Amino acid sequence: MLEVNNLSISFIQYEKGLKQKTIQVISDLNIKISKGEILAIVGSSGSGKSLLAHAILGILPKNALMSGTILYDGRELTTKRQKKLRGNEIAFIPQSVNFLDPLMKVGSQVRSSVSAGEKKEKQRKIFDRYSLDSRTDSLFPFQLSGGMARRVLVASAVVGGAKLIVADEPTPGLHPEVVNETLGHLRELANQGCAILLITHDIGTALNVADSIAVFYSGITIEISPVSDFSGKGESLRHPYTKALWNALPQNDFNPIDGFQPSHIEQHSGCPFNSRCTFKSSECVSKLPLIRDVRFGKVRCYHAT
Amino acid sequence: MINTSFFKLILMKILRVLSLLMALCFISFFLVSHSPIDPVQAYVGADMTRVGAEQRDQIAKHWGLDKPPVERFLLWGKSILKGDMGTSMIYRSPVSEVIKQRFLASLALMGIAWILSGILGFIMGIIAAMMNGSWIDKIIKWYSLTLASTPTFWLGLLLLMVLSVKFGWFPIGMGVPAGVLAEEVTLANRINHIILPALTLSITGVANIALHTRQKLIDVLESDYILYARAKGESGFKLLLRHGLRNIALPAVTLQFASLSELFGGSVLAEQVFSYPGLGQATVQAGLRGDLPLLLGIVLFSALFVFSGNLIADIIYKLVDPRLKEGKSI
Repeated sequence: MLEVNNLSISFIQYEKGLKQKTIQVISDLNIKISKGEILAIVGSSGSGKSLLAHAILGILPKNALMSGTILYDGRELTTKRQKKLRGNEIAFIPQSVNFLDPLMKVGSQVRSSVSAGEKKEKQRKIFDRYSLDSRTDSLFPFQLSGGMARRVLVASAVVGGAKLIVADEPTPGLHPEVVNETLGHLRELANQGCAILLITHDIGTALNVADSIAVFYSGITIEISPVSDFSGKGESLRHPYTKALWNALPQNDFNPIDGFQPSHIEQHSGCPFNSRCTFKSSECVSKLPLIRDVRFGKVRCYHAT
Repeated sequence: MINTSFFKLILMKILRVLSLLMALCFISFFLVSHSPIDPVQAYVGADMTRVGAEQRDQIAKHWGLDKPPVERFLLWGKSILKGDMGTSMIYRSPVSEVIKQRFLASLALMGIAWILSGILGFIMGIIAAMMNGSWIDKIIKWYSLTLASTPTFWLGLLLLMVLSVKFGWFPIGMGVPAGVLAEEVTLANRINHIILPALTLSITGVANIALHTRQKLIDVLESDYILYARAKGESGFKLLLRHGLRNIALPAVTLQFASLSELFGGSVLAEQVFSYPGLGQATVQAGLRGDLPLLLGIVLFSALFVFSGNLIADIIYKLVDPRLKEGKSI
């Protein structure tokens, strides 16, 4: 359905005077999602996850440079196709109610995603499906509760007949019940044949609902694994960072490792995780490993088996 | 939904304007009664040498200037409460009459400038924000910043020198042609005389609105909801209309009403430069010639005028912005 190959995104910044500096935020990213599958992209804040969503939708800021290819339905997703498909076949679920126009009633905002047919009727039907009564139509975004806002945003994505849904951090700081409800909606959509890219920093959320998980570190995918590999002491996981992440969770060992994720400003050669890794060798410092297949998953590490 | 909180707001505003007006009365009266201008001398003018001390005392007595200031203030205050604003010394007619007549002339002038600068400024702000960073944006920004720091009277003089004196397109000043009977003054005459002062006021008024609208629209265009709207496939002019204008219209309207004070201040200067017989010019005359009743009347009236502008802005916000209108009901 969606295939992202060697995607890199960088920004040009002006330092003192007119000296230019390129900051690479996403390097060499590869992911693939099929129909009916939920792929979760997990990474800590600042690892460049949101930009991936913006790149797929073609709403990157003007000063961003993008390289690599994005294939949708087997064909390249050009700017022209993005313009045509976004809002209907490719839909976006944003982080919060702040992404709705504060001065516009939610009913008519959702109707704007309907491209053809009886707009009002379609919007009403979708709202019914997510148990939003007719009073909701004429509410303003600030009047929605957290749960209602979630359902409105999901409804807005579904109403255009989406086949690919990009959900950027769709459950931030929400009540567990609301989180489960929203994830339930995503699962249901996937079961109906949607491909879903779920971007989150919360690995718990991802494990709940996703089929496979891509782990992001400093703008690089270091591992893509089926969700079943996240079990036990993480023996089936491939990358040392993924193992460390898994074992740092409260329900597992609750054992964090030292150090921080390097920021994009420090240009790293080699593996970005090397300074925190126990398997570090000389080649980890000199050259970034290529992504390779290991046991039904992918990993970017010289030492993974 | 208009609820009790709305009436509470209005009540508070009324209390506030009353206290404001009272404070204004005290301060203005205090200042004018300590001004070095002798109203009698200002009134008699060049004939001063031919007017004896006895006559001057009589004039002063006729005007009540022989009484101590506190007594004069109380007398004035009493009649103000009855709705009588007194008699203007220099125009020798009731103050309310003078203000009414002068204000109508000013109203035409300020109205034209208000509407022109509002609409032009709004459009310029939108264009600049849409083309943020382009040469069009730079020109509009340069124009606005230059004009925002240009004194109104200087611009008025410049327009007079170029358009009236050099090219002779417009009359040099005044509200109607000189030497023409009042009955014979045509509407065309009046329009011809109002163009330059109105232009002066509009040109400077545009800057503020344009810069504010530009910044507000730039903020809106960078907002999350515009990003989301684009992700939903909206784009171009439709996106601007649906989400941009909706979110900048209210601040623009508010700013426009709140700018009445600047407009009033500007009109004082412009009317002085063009000898336009409006309220601004009357203010200057009343101040220079010590016409206390007229000056106080104008002070009170203009305070009310500016206050109403701000009040209207507040009320529009309360009635139109759903976040304020319905915020209480949730």
